[in-house]
Amino acid sequence: MNWTWFHRLGSPPSFFRFAERLAPWLAGLSLLLIAAACYAGLYLAPPDYQQGDAFRIIYVHVPTAAISLSIYALMAVAGAIALIWRMKLAEVAVVAAAPIGASFTLVALVTGMLWGKPMWGAYWVWDARLTSELVLLFLYIGVIALNGAFNDPRAAARACAWLALVGVVNVPIVKFSVDWWNSLHQGSTLLSVDGIKNPKMSTPMLWPLLASLAGFYLLFAAALLRRMQNILLERERRAGWVRELMEASR
Amino acid sequence: MSLPRALGAVVGRELRLAARAPAEAAQPLLFYALVVALFPLGVAPNEPSLPVYAPALVWIAALLASLMTLERVFRNDYEDGSLEQLALAPLPLPLSVLAKLAAHWLLGGLPLVLAAPLLAAGLGLDAAAGRALTLALLLGTPTLVLLGGFAAALTVGLPRAGVLLPILVLPMLSPVLIFGAGAARAAAQGLDPTAPLYFLAALLALSLTLVPFAAAAALRNALEG
Repeated sequence: MNWTWFHRLGSPPSFFRFAERLAPWLAGLSLLLIAAACYAGLYLAPPDYQQGDAFRIIYVHVPTAAISLSIYALMAVAGAIALIWRMKLAEVAVVAAAPIGASFTLVALVTGMLWGKPMWGAYWVWDARLTSELVLLFLYIGVIALNGAFNDPRAAARACAWLALVGVVNVPIVKFSVDWWNSLHQGSTLLSVDGIKNPKMSTPMLWPLLASLAGFYLLFAAALLRRMQNILLERERRAGWVRELMEASR
Repeated sequence: MSLPRALGAVVGRELRLAARAPAEAAQPLLFYALVVALFPLGVAPNEPSLPVYAPALVWIAALLASLMTLERVFRNDYEDGSLEQLALAPLPLPLSVLAKLAAHWLLGGLPLVLAAPLLAAGLGLDAAAGRALTLALLLGTPTLVLLGGFAAALTVGLPRAGVLLPILVLPMLSPVLIFGAGAARAAAQGLDPTAPLYFLAALLALSLTLVPFAAAAALRNALEG
């Protein structure tokens, strides 16, 4: 199989064209999936036997919370690639992913709070999962703030990559320490060894969740590609390919 | 020059620099004592629940006091060019970073540990809880200095690193706070504080082995940029 197309993606102009073609498809597909998940989750799925209709917030809460963690892992992997191979696109990915990660974390926190009020009787409790998600938000904000403090975008991206790498070692420690400190949040219904063999969720409740999970992942991918495109345009504004692009669009 | 002598030279230089400006070196300790002393003024006189908050209070004061001085740990050397000499020297940069941070802990961290029994007694903690708090600080403050030193290395070339540094490092220090204050709380309730102290020691071992490399790389990034 011919892999040269993959190597070519490492250069900013070909990545830009690739993202330009791919992003609309990802965004469209994600909107379709999220719309279907919302309709099925809000109208077709039966109310929960304990939580009533309040459980329906999982169709937003669970995907955003899961993706908020994935994005940090992605940042760390991109950071390692940026530091080891000095690849420009990986640097751009670290910087581009941080604000998206922060937004997903914020949405997960807010939807969790809205669910917590009727279920636990309080918007906020100092529970382990809530606290570690809050710490995650601060970690994202740290990366964004660090990136903003530099004048040179390459030095900024490399500093952010180091911060993301040290942070990713730290995230499990934070998670573990706050678990040790206090936990009230329910365990995962979906992701457990037993849960895969005999699902604990009924099918009409489960498939909208999976659809929404896929939809939000695609939304993240589309947002990441678009943000990376914008950062590339700004970084390479003096390069020939950006000028040609601007001439062509005029 | 042999490795121990080179390390000794780096540590000795830091200590001599601090001895030339003793007032500046005493500032973090003063800040720490002041924060702890001001807290009871905010609650009712002779408040019976003060010992409950004492471990958290002493730890927060220690976090803030050590972060306050960490901004300067590489800054002066960066500005007068001696950091570049250190980076060019045959001594591996992670080791010189470790030596600098060790000296920094001796000056800024150890006094906080030594003052802790006094503050614990002042806040009404019993002897066992005071001992656990002091031991926890002894194990936790080096981790604090190491991670703070990493953040200081990331921001060394930046003009306004003052507020950025705590934003970067405080979320990462939450485990140290949990186990550090947890040890004192356990002892205050008559429980065995060994488990959280072991966790603090594990965190110290992890950061002692990994952070100097990350900090050295961050310094090289700042010197290149």
